[in-house]
Amino acid sequence: MSKHPKSEIGLFAPAILRPATGAAFAKLDPRRLARNPVIFATALVAGLTTALVLLHWGQPGSFVSLQIALWLWATVLFANFAEAVAEGRGKARADAFRATRSHAQAKVLLDPARRDLFELEDVDQLELGEVILVEAGDILPTDGEVIEGVASVDESAITGESAPVIRESGGDRSSVTGGTRLVSDWLVVRVTAKPGETFLDRMIALVEGAKRAKTPNEIALDILLAGLSLVFLLVVATLPVFAGWSGTRIPVIWLAALFVTLIPTTIGGLLSAIGIAGMDRLVKANVIAKSGRAVEAAGDIDVLLLDKTGTITFGNRMADAFLPVPGVTEREVAEAAWLSSLADDTPEGKSTVDLAVRRHGLAEGTLRQGASLVAFSAQTRMSGMDLADGTSLRKGAADAMARAFPQGGAGAAEPIVRRIAMAGGTPLLVARDRRVLGVIHLKDVVKPGIRERFAELRRMGIRTVMITGDNPLTAAAIAAEAGVDDFLAEATPERKLDYIRTEQAQGRLVAMCGDGSNDAPALAQADVGVAMNSGTPAAKEAGNLVDLDSDPTKLIEIVMVGKQLLISRGALTTFSIANDVAKYFAILPALFVAAYPGLAGLDVMGLGTPQSAILSAIIFNALVIVALIPLALKGVRYRPASAGALLSRNLLVYGLGGLVAPFIGIKLIDTIVDLVHLA
Amino acid sequence: MAADLIFFALFLAGLTLLGMALGPWMARVFTGGVRFLAPIEAALYRAAGVTGQGQGWRAYAAAVLAFNAAGFVLLYLILRLQGFLPFNPQGFGAMEASQAFNTAVSFMTNTNWQSYGGETTVSHFSQMAGLTVQNFVSAATGIAVAVAVVRGLAARSVADLGNFWIDLTRATLYLLLPGAILITLVLVWQGMPQTLAGSVTATTLEGARQVIAQGPVASQAAIKMLGTNGGGFFNANAAHPYENATALTNLVQIYAILAIPAAFPFFFGHMVGDRRQGRAIFAAMSVMFVGVLLAAYFAEAAGNPLYAGLTDPGVGMEGKETRFGLAQTVLFVVATTVASCGAVNAMHDSLMALGGMIPLFNMLLGEIIYGGVGAGFYGMVLYVVLTVFIAGLMVGRTPEWLGKKIEPREMKLASLTLLVMPVGVLVLSALSILTGNAQGSVQDAGPHGLTELIYAYTSGTANNGSAFAGFGANTTWHNTMIGLAMLVGRWGYVIPVLAIAGGLAAKPRAPETAGTFPTHGLSFTVLLVVTILIVGALTFLPVLALGPIAEHVSIAAGQAF
Repeated sequence: MSKHPKSEIGLFAPAILRPATGAAFAKLDPRRLARNPVIFATALVAGLTTALVLLHWGQPGSFVSLQIALWLWATVLFANFAEAVAEGRGKARADAFRATRSHAQAKVLLDPARRDLFELEDVDQLELGEVILVEAGDILPTDGEVIEGVASVDESAITGESAPVIRESGGDRSSVTGGTRLVSDWLVVRVTAKPGETFLDRMIALVEGAKRAKTPNEIALDILLAGLSLVFLLVVATLPVFAGWSGTRIPVIWLAALFVTLIPTTIGGLLSAIGIAGMDRLVKANVIAKSGRAVEAAGDIDVLLLDKTGTITFGNRMADAFLPVPGVTEREVAEAAWLSSLADDTPEGKSTVDLAVRRHGLAEGTLRQGASLVAFSAQTRMSGMDLADGTSLRKGAADAMARAFPQGGAGAAEPIVRRIAMAGGTPLLVARDRRVLGVIHLKDVVKPGIRERFAELRRMGIRTVMITGDNPLTAAAIAAEAGVDDFLAEATPERKLDYIRTEQAQGRLVAMCGDGSNDAPALAQADVGVAMNSGTPAAKEAGNLVDLDSDPTKLIEIVMVGKQLLISRGALTTFSIANDVAKYFAILPALFVAAYPGLAGLDVMGLGTPQSAILSAIIFNALVIVALIPLALKGVRYRPASAGALLSRNLLVYGLGGLVAPFIGIKLIDTIVDLVHLA
Repeated sequence: MAADLIFFALFLAGLTLLGMALGPWMARVFTGGVRFLAPIEAALYRAAGVTGQGQGWRAYAAAVLAFNAAGFVLLYLILRLQGFLPFNPQGFGAMEASQAFNTAVSFMTNTNWQSYGGETTVSHFSQMAGLTVQNFVSAATGIAVAVAVVRGLAARSVADLGNFWIDLTRATLYLLLPGAILITLVLVWQGMPQTLAGSVTATTLEGARQVIAQGPVASQAAIKMLGTNGGGFFNANAAHPYENATALTNLVQIYAILAIPAAFPFFFGHMVGDRRQGRAIFAAMSVMFVGVLLAAYFAEAAGNPLYAGLTDPGVGMEGKETRFGLAQTVLFVVATTVASCGAVNAMHDSLMALGGMIPLFNMLLGEIIYGGVGAGFYGMVLYVVLTVFIAGLMVGRTPEWLGKKIEPREMKLASLTLLVMPVGVLVLSALSILTGNAQGSVQDAGPHGLTELIYAYTSGTANNGSAFAGFGANTTWHNTMIGLAMLVGRWGYVIPVLAIAGGLAAKPRAPETAGTFPTHGLSFTVLLVVTILIVGALTFLPVLALGPIAEHVSIAAGQAF
């Protein structure tokens, strides 16, 4: 199971930066700017300032005014650039997907019953419901459902998983995705996607961010930012009147500078980049979100429903111990179990051999000559070996063995069998010459590290619930071992759905993953439904995220990505708003010091001249956007912790940092501005 | 000085205990647990045709508006027709139209801005049937709105916020009336007049005739404080010895101002079933209270450097409460402006530049340091919503408060309220200057004059009602504009906050987990205070820089205007 890792795209790879620079200018189109109220306002002010500079060129202070105008434009361009870089990274990934899109022709069957009669049709012309034939070596032209045939399909183009997977008609493995390649055999497929709306197409659109709709939280934040901008507009617009009271005239360009530094340009400029980058991080984890909303919801999850098999435990039960009946040694049981399991190819049999070899050093060399194997069969539910000396060894399910050897003294093993069953394990009896020697304890083996993972989730306030078809007794035992908070035993799709509804009624947000068609209702009901890519089209349609690796453990990762996205947005918002304090202290003294020389005392940074102070503030305001692009794209560092701990830490870094950083930054820029006589 | 600081500390401890005691009582009152006046309640509801049905936020807000509108019309008519009405021993005529509009709005909105002089303009009837009635019901309105908001926050997926008429009645019957009666008795005991007789004429030692106004002072003073109204019986308000007889009445009146506002956070904690939530908000309020109190105190204690060596001990007491000293003056000044009271025992105009900036600052925050009765708490609710929204994301969840998601609708409404103070203060003041109406009304030149103007509009918009003095507010322009400011300042908060509460009430309440943004504890208290300062106060830094701060630095530099 090798995986070719998705090539990592450098944060500032030239292949991204060059087109992004062009795009930053293209995004000056007013219609596109209008999507972002804060940056739109900045652009308007930049335009006004530029006009004023040109109109009054040659008057004293023109040089500084010109610089202010240019830096205002730079602010807008930097914000556009941030968005373009984020989109560029998405595009780079989309191009990789696009390359796999087939432009060949599809073989449309004229009569679905006959595979030899087909005509070639352009992929773009394929209609919903048409039936096509795909043969070994062909690339699937579109999404569809297998209605006949079995074949192995290489899905690495989409999943990055190089091992081919089996696709067959009926059941949960009947969906095929456009862009994947048939390695062997043939398939008759019914087309389930309209041209241009295949899974691949939608994925490309989502990754590119072209169809990105703002999420509710982004909309709410936009409203707040617009509201704050409006407040600052009132502040700045009334200021000349109050200054006039004291006989001070403030140049309009300085007011423009004050306005732009006060409105939250930092978060306004980076908001959409943060959102796109969040989607991008999911794609990197091989998960496609159908909407940005699903990513946000992932951060809000209170309850995680996890399938036991494959997520919490390894897929199969494994031998854990050999338990002898009184009078027999453990090694005797181990040896008999080992020999009788050699003919058992089931995972249980293999793990028994494994355990015997590992724990008791039994090796192939000790295998005796002339022995005959009795293979495991589903009917007898036993396997064994008859040795040359006539010794017969058997192992099998407890009830099957008891029936096969009524005189075998199974009674002696009864307490052990009961104990194992109580603990949620499965007992297998081992017999030599029709006498029961002991019991093999088969159990679900919990994946290493999963317990710690759940403890971590608990600290984050997320409850984990194990879903299993096992009986409540078995389920309880595994639940306790894995450290989940709750479990749903004897789960059916209906019970799953009910469980989700109950949790939601109490105000909790629920995430789950699923692949079968019968999972679809629960996937649709869950706030975050992760469909496995290997699943049925119905499941993929119902979920709001699709995991290309079909790895149910991914759910946890998805939650982390969601949280990181939200934290990044919050951290930069806090930082941006906290910045205002320093900007007031830079600009206000500069504006009023002529009227009231004493107000120089407010200039705590000791800036050079009023002109240099205003210029420095506006330069800082523009540069901070660029400086924060990496943070916006990579996301704020996130380590799982309780909300209280996260808040304290992030407040310290981004709140206090947001207060202090501009004082230092503006002072530094002012020093340089003075040094090179820019103002 | 040490004695003053100890006095402040004891005062705050007393206030905390008062709030903690009153909060649970309010919870009982507004959940219908207090019934000792049930027959009166029932009779009132029957007479008014109140069914007691739950109201959605729209119905609740409509009831508030209708009730306010009716109160406004009634009060306006009383003031205009007082010449024909009884209890008018001085024979006052009708109040001028724009002034009557201003006064009616003022008392309806719990502002009690007075562009008139009480003892020279309004009859006893107008005082009692007009103004005092509004003193009760405007306060009860504020309380009712805040109670509805708290109910919305505490509710789980519920469509209604309670019934305005019932909340109004209970706030009056079980909170304001008993409190006012109790306080009145204390004030009368301390020697404040309570009579329906007209002025008395005295002959002074020099033989001059002096007219001494009097009337039902104590009862009005009691509700003026308890309901954070602030409208004085006399023009001089609580600086008049009849309206503030002794140091004890001074202290009692300060406590009366802050009692209900300080109880609201505890009431809230009680109602949402998590007292830590209420304590965090109370703590945030108290931190700011201590901050502004000490700032004002030290600004005043420093004295005026221009008079250094001329006065002894350097602290200028002109215009301040010389009978009770600096600490009781400053405490009164701060208390009356953190709450929406506006009663004064000193002329704020006489405070030092920075000392005078503090009351202005308190009001510019939107009066949320304890705040007006009800109004302070629902103002604080808006700041909590903003704080939770801005910083809530930092724990990796979309913002929520008390398990309720803060979404675009809430932000739209909360952002709207952010505009109220800038519009009322900055825009209307600027208009006054541009139209030339400000220049004639201010008494002083330079930055102090600007402060007088800004103070008047701030006092109106924040529904405080205190006057800086030195500002001639009784002109048609200012009566009308400050009237508008008061309306914007009241309904600009009431309607959005009720809408938010209505929306939140309908949302389910997610259970609290380790991943929930903590809206209690130290981090949150600090965060809330900082958000209020940055989002609420910084907006006004430019105009404060041109007003009181400019005056301060000029005085320091030896420049007078």
